[in-house]
Amino acid sequence: MMADIDRQTLLDLIDTGVQIVDVLPEREFQSGHIPGAVNIPLKKLNVQTTSVLQRDEPVVVY
Amino acid sequence: MSPRAACQLERFGFEQVYDYVVGIADWKAAGLPIEGESSDAQLVSEATRPDVPTARPDELLGTVHDRVTDSGWEEALVIEGDGVVVGRLRTTAWQQDGNLPVSQVMELGPTTVRPNGLLEPLVNRMEKRGTTLVTVTTPQGVLIGVLLRTEAQRIITGEAPEQVWVNCDGCPGRWKAR
Repeated sequence: MMADIDRQTLLDLIDTGVQIVDVLPEREFQSGHIPGAVNIPLKKLNVQTTSVLQRDEPVVVY
Repeated sequence: MSPRAACQLERFGFEQVYDYVVGIADWKAAGLPIEGESSDAQLVSEATRPDVPTARPDELLGTVHDRVTDSGWEEALVIEGDGVVVGRLRTTAWQQDGNLPVSQVMELGPTTVRPNGLLEPLVNRMEKRGTTLVTVTTPQGVLIGVLLRTEAQRIITGEAPEQVWVNCDGCPGRWKAR
């Protein structure tokens, strides 16, 4: 299942527990990201780099 | 960029993928805190108290009430053996027969939040809804502690907490009554 979400939905998901992935380049991630987000730049997004995430838990990407 | 990432994650087997398309720009524009070089974000963990009393579902209500009263709290959370929160005993529960098992009196499935959530937006929502206490758990539902709105508001405004901070390895928020 995949869905676009707005800010309020993201805040609700954070309350209930969600993994957040920032796919921006590392430099942009370092300058400021959503609290709790992990950085996996889009160019490095693959099965191996996403193995740190739980596949059966909700995940938000931005 | 993120729609492509969302598609890839789904292809990798992720079951629930959400795309926050407007991303960090929208987040910042809303004045929400960020982590990073210029961050001062306060998280739920900073206001989480782990010393909330707990009870097992098969305990007698009267026994639990005595324990809760002795601890100085007014409520308790009900947990299973693995620490997963299954219920909450509010102040109204103490009016019930003390010989009843907790499982027959507890409020099922209390609302929970995660420790890495943003503190201020949560407290604002609690205030709007008139909520005074919220349970903090891991994503798997294991109890970490509770967040009391009045204490969280003191932390947000920079006032000295009414509790003493106690260090604890692996615990994001450790509080002990003075």
